[in-house]
Amino acid sequence: MIPTEYYIYLGTALFAVGVVGVLTRRNVLIILMSIELILNAVNINLMAFSQYFKSVDGQVFAIFVITDAAAEAAVGLGLIIALFRNKETVNADEIDLLKW
Amino acid sequence: MLNLIWLIPVFPLLGAAIQLFFGRRASNRAVNAVSVGLPGLSFVWAVGCFIQFLGLPESSHHIFLKHLYTWLPAGAFHLSNGTLANFNVNVGMQLDPLSCVMVLVVTGVGFLIHVYSTGYMAHEGGYYRFFGYLNLFMFSMLVLVLADNYLMMFVGWEGVGLCSYLLIGFYFHRKSASDAGKKAFIVNRIGDAAFLMGTMLMVVTFGSLDFHSITEAARSGQFLMGSGVITTICILLFIGATGKSAQIPLYIWLPDAMEGPTPVSALIHAATMVTAGVYMVARSNALFALSPKALALVAGIGAATAIWAASIGLVQNDIKRVLAYSTVSQLGYMFLACGVGAYTAGVFHLMTHAFFKALLFLGSGSVIHAMSGEQDMRKMGALKSKIPVTYWTMLIAAGAISGIPPLAGFFSKDEILWQSFSGPYSHPLLWTVGWVCAGMTAFYMFRLIFMTFWGESHVSHEAEHHLHESPRPMLIPLVTLAVLSAVGGFIGWPKSLTLSLFRGEWFGRFLDPVFEGNPVIPPRESALTWEYFLMALSVVTAIVGISIAYRMYVQQPELSDRMANAFSGYYKVLLHKYYIDEIYDALFVHRVKNLGNLLAAFDMGVIDGGVNGVGWTGRMLGVISSWWDKWIIDGLVNLVAFVTRLLSWPARIIQTGMVQNYAWFITLGVLIFMAYYFAPFRAFFAWLF
Repeated sequence: MIPTEYYIYLGTALFAVGVVGVLTRRNVLIILMSIELILNAVNINLMAFSQYFKSVDGQVFAIFVITDAAAEAAVGLGLIIALFRNKETVNADEIDLLKW
Repeated sequence: MLNLIWLIPVFPLLGAAIQLFFGRRASNRAVNAVSVGLPGLSFVWAVGCFIQFLGLPESSHHIFLKHLYTWLPAGAFHLSNGTLANFNVNVGMQLDPLSCVMVLVVTGVGFLIHVYSTGYMAHEGGYYRFFGYLNLFMFSMLVLVLADNYLMMFVGWEGVGLCSYLLIGFYFHRKSASDAGKKAFIVNRIGDAAFLMGTMLMVVTFGSLDFHSITEAARSGQFLMGSGVITTICILLFIGATGKSAQIPLYIWLPDAMEGPTPVSALIHAATMVTAGVYMVARSNALFALSPKALALVAGIGAATAIWAASIGLVQNDIKRVLAYSTVSQLGYMFLACGVGAYTAGVFHLMTHAFFKALLFLGSGSVIHAMSGEQDMRKMGALKSKIPVTYWTMLIAAGAISGIPPLAGFFSKDEILWQSFSGPYSHPLLWTVGWVCAGMTAFYMFRLIFMTFWGESHVSHEAEHHLHESPRPMLIPLVTLAVLSAVGGFIGWPKSLTLSLFRGEWFGRFLDPVFEGNPVIPPRESALTWEYFLMALSVVTAIVGISIAYRMYVQQPELSDRMANAFSGYYKVLLHKYYIDEIYDALFVHRVKNLGNLLAAFDMGVIDGGVNGVGWTGRMLGVISSWWDKWIIDGLVNLVAFVTRLLSWPARIIQTGMVQNYAWFITLGVLIFMAYYFAPFRAFFAWLF
């Protein structure tokens, strides 16, 4: 039986990788992929605590998160296509539309 | 027809309007139909009116007035003698024997010249323009002679002046022609100013401008014989006449007017317009009758002009210039007649002169046409067999103007000479001048005939090749006018030659109602034998003049050159027209030009300088004001903006719009929150807050 802390370490590490990816990578696709990493880090946490408390609530939440991630990927890719059509780029540092 | 008398001038006006507005694209045929047809219609109408006029009852006092409408209802004002007068100017027509003669001459001769022009101008550019102006001229001239008051007459007077200007300058691309047009216009303007002043003086003296009322007032006896104001009016009117009728000192424009097409010279500068002055003096006879001084001036100027112009005409070599000086000279005759109180003789000569001088001009046009444009008589000669119709008609006209019986000129000229010898204001000197002038006339006229048609041919080879008689439209008017020149004088058959077989003097008796009512000055006692003697003398003089011309230009052509060399001084002076143009240039034209230049300099320097100074000041004020706006007003506004910008700097730099920057802030915020709950930092935060 693997102790719960290990799961949390793995989740934390995965989360940290995801955050660094979101903050530092320029390609929006990779940023989206990094967000997937963050979501999956959360899922691992949910799994770990679900097992620790012997409750299925966490697993149900994980299912929701996966569904949510799928929807988000669809919307995100759509946004990227729209973005590329208008700006002809998918580099986040070249797009400052939030200013306005 | 009489009630529609205003149609006489309206027909040609219609023609002018059609030509000048729509004529440009019309074919020559269409132009002919309109512009010859309408003056023809006008002539027919005039004849109709004339016949009806003859049928008017005796009680109409031989005058027909047609009031059309009131033109200037000026209202009441005080005359110079203090009485109150109601002053109106009407547009109206007056037909009396005098205007009958004028209307018939103007429409008749005018129509013939229109017909002639269709042949003469056939190959010229601006055909429609020519006929438009010609019709406009007919309109103006008819207004002039049909007007019933001086102001309307003045309208026609100015109208004919304008048309004269337009037609002299018809070949406007030639500088000499446009200069001649301007000269005619400006010289006429001097006379017109005097005419206008005379008209104004009449307004304040009579309170009316109607011929009818002025004549009545003048004959009513309220003005004394020789009254100053009447004399002034008469002299002013006469100065107007000297401009229009080319008398000393304003005759200089007429010879230059020969730059225009020849039919124009015939119509305007021989037959009709230049006689307007004579018509006006005859029309004002009631005023002139009150002023012996003015009459003496008219007679003196007339006689002086007659001999002055005739002497210049003796040596001119341009066929049209000879005729031009002849016209000036003959107009002098007419004024001489008016000046000695023989208006009838003056008007009679006006009419016959219209026939034979129009014929001479048209004939010279035919010669020029045949000669492909050559006008110098020295380059002609021996043309009589080449263009026989032109030759014979011109010969008749030359005989008529020289006073060969029984041609028209004999009767009219002889009447003038006889009146200047025996008339109410006659003087032997006037007769002598007229008599000498008659001899000169015969000489220069037959000099023209001999140089052109007789002797040896000096025609250049090229012109010889194209030599041809003129087309039929040009010959028909020539022949018609020749007939009129031959028999037109019979209506003024002098009483002395009737042998008590018939009454004679139809013309004089027809015109008498116009002149009766003036104070009667008994003519000098003179015997009938004197009249026969003078008549014979003038005929002999004419024959002598012709035979001298024959000797000098046919028998011994070298004689004329010898004469010219022997009297080279006189010859030169005459050839250069007494240097009168040069004298006028030095005395008036250059002075006026200098004055004009001076005024222009004043305009440029002072007036324009002032205006420009104001403009410059405005501009400088603008520069200052714009500097103030730019640096002070705009500066304040910009300063506010700058301060705002400066203060917003911290807020602005974190607002980058980049997703990742915002993500950084979120992350940092989360880390700070987490750090707050991280034990080692708790103490630090507690210390901080």
